[in-house]
Amino acid sequence: MSFERIKEKLTILADAAKYDVSCSSSGSNRTNKNKGLGDSTGMGICHTYTEDGRCVSLLKILLTNHCIFDCAYCVTRKSNDIKRAAFKVQEVVDLTINFYRRNYIEGLFLSSGIFKNADYTMERLVRVAKKLRTEENFHGYIHLKSIPSASDELMAEAGLWADRLSVNIEIPSKKGLKLLAPDKNFDDFIKPMEKVKNEIIQYKEDRKLIKSTPKYAPAGQSTQMIVGATGESDFQVMKTANHFYRNYRMKRVYYSGYVPISTDNRLPQLGTAVPILRENRLYQTDWLMRFYGFNIDELLNKETPFLDLKVDPKLSWALRNPHYFPIDINKASKHELARIPGIGLKSVHKILQARRFRKLTMDHLKNIGVALNRARYFVLTANRSYADLGQNPSIIRAKILSNSTSKFRNQTTNQLSLFSS
Amino acid sequence: MITLKYDGTFKGLLCSIFYAFGRRQDEFNIQHKNINQNSLWGQDITITTETHKAHRVLEGLKKTVGSGGVSILYRSFLSEEQGIENDILHALKSIYTSGPESIKDHTDPQILRLHKVVKMVNRERHRMEAFVRFRLTKDEVYFASIEPDFDVLPLIKKHFHSRYADQRWLIYDMKRDYGLYYDLNKVERMQMTFESNFDATKTSDHIFTLEEIAFQELWKEYFSSTNIASRKNTVLHVRHVPKRYWKYLSEKQAV
Repeated sequence: MSFERIKEKLTILADAAKYDVSCSSSGSNRTNKNKGLGDSTGMGICHTYTEDGRCVSLLKILLTNHCIFDCAYCVTRKSNDIKRAAFKVQEVVDLTINFYRRNYIEGLFLSSGIFKNADYTMERLVRVAKKLRTEENFHGYIHLKSIPSASDELMAEAGLWADRLSVNIEIPSKKGLKLLAPDKNFDDFIKPMEKVKNEIIQYKEDRKLIKSTPKYAPAGQSTQMIVGATGESDFQVMKTANHFYRNYRMKRVYYSGYVPISTDNRLPQLGTAVPILRENRLYQTDWLMRFYGFNIDELLNKETPFLDLKVDPKLSWALRNPHYFPIDINKASKHELARIPGIGLKSVHKILQARRFRKLTMDHLKNIGVALNRARYFVLTANRSYADLGQNPSIIRAKILSNSTSKFRNQTTNQLSLFSS
Repeated sequence: MITLKYDGTFKGLLCSIFYAFGRRQDEFNIQHKNINQNSLWGQDITITTETHKAHRVLEGLKKTVGSGGVSILYRSFLSEEQGIENDILHALKSIYTSGPESIKDHTDPQILRLHKVVKMVNRERHRMEAFVRFRLTKDEVYFASIEPDFDVLPLIKKHFHSRYADQRWLIYDMKRDYGLYYDLNKVERMQMTFESNFDATKTSDHIFTLEEIAFQELWKEYFSSTNIASRKNTVLHVRHVPKRYWKYLSEKQAV
């Protein structure tokens, strides 16, 4: 293969793929068989981090950036005047294998612009994955993009070779989609998603009866939404996320702060700051919903449609619900402990173990790793001090803010004015 | 206080523990024999490492604290942190006086230290699973040099064994001067003698294939193309990839 030509393609097609934020390589259970190459049984591994601090786990590229669609938010849109390139199937296979052998990556994340039509594109993505599995005996991680409106037959095959499949809905509301991607239809996104969901359920059922049933997309499905391109509120974004978690059994929903790439006046203009802090708060909310037992309505609702950018969403909830507190560290259930600001799930676990030996004091909490600057206003411990309790939430909020140095501190002021415009 | 001098191996530590448990009325300080810190008053005893004794202690430990407990003791030992042997001894004493649950007592400062150290060792293990960069030599061996903060090679052996089953590889700890070599059948611990002018941070075409140099180019190209300049965040970047690891990371080498 010609390295110079490959290098040029790689530059173009990695650059075009980088706005897809998914980098997960975990959750699969593919073991190395017959002395092949690779194994994806363990947790995901971030092999390096780009200078913007994002993890590099997979070789994330487009098969091609030729595209018949003209979605305003997308850098690959038809009307954009950029260099175009396309990989051959074998080139992607060779790159993946050689990167993997050097321990650069956990596997491949292959997406594509849509050329000719959906099935033509999907068929090529499937061919890459099949080749890796059958010809190269590759057991590393493969994430394929499900091309909107791809046929059921192709989706049924894609899951046999891939660990994860994803469709990015990108725009959290139908209205926004109509505005920015008029030639796309919301149902086209749902179609492959629905098919994959049903296949996963079917294969799981089959495996109960026949143990040798092959794996189908063992790492499940994920999707992504762009945040800050259209005017959706955090409540709308998280409601949509919740919908996909519940109805399509998504493993992950990703939130991608919009990076301005276009002078299109339907979108934030070039040079507008990427809403990194908002993105961070959305992820925190996502975690609270999935692991901390919070309902979306507790965190976001009609009265509070936006997250507080200055404090984390759990603290924000606690300040709105002072009647839940104080919580007694030495008596509270796991569920209650997880709701205390400044206490993460690992600390909850340690508290549950440690309190069997003796009554826990503030010092114990500190050594365990609890963020006392937040937790102190909400907990009772063995050396109970009431000094911090029962204060007015707005006073607590002010105290916490003045005692903490958030890495985002100098951003909050600009960002707030950005969202209100 | 009696100081037990051992040879720095885990087996040696187990034998020291065996000795200490034989004389429970005494207070002990377990120390690597290379540490020259003789106590002013008190006595030094040199422990001989005996495999069968170490084995007995290990079997006994497995029964009391299970493999999870043993793993906490072993991993904290691999940290090579000063004085960690005494925290291990302390943990074992409280296990034998108050029951196996004591290993979970996060309110005991010495046990808490073990857990913290294990966390550090595990992070280093995970880092090495990520930061190993194989380079193909002309002898068709994928070679990687590392300098981990802790002695984690024994912990990453299985990971690389099950992953790279169809290529010969060698991961070498330059700091501790030993490596793991896989010959397509088994993984073995080995020691290398490098030429005096060998620089592990460089990929010279005397040792490595031309294809290797080309793939490093492609990897570097990928690394820079996948970056989003408008989200630049150097603090975060360096937190995830601390500078001390850069010298063996192909993507961080100047072209």
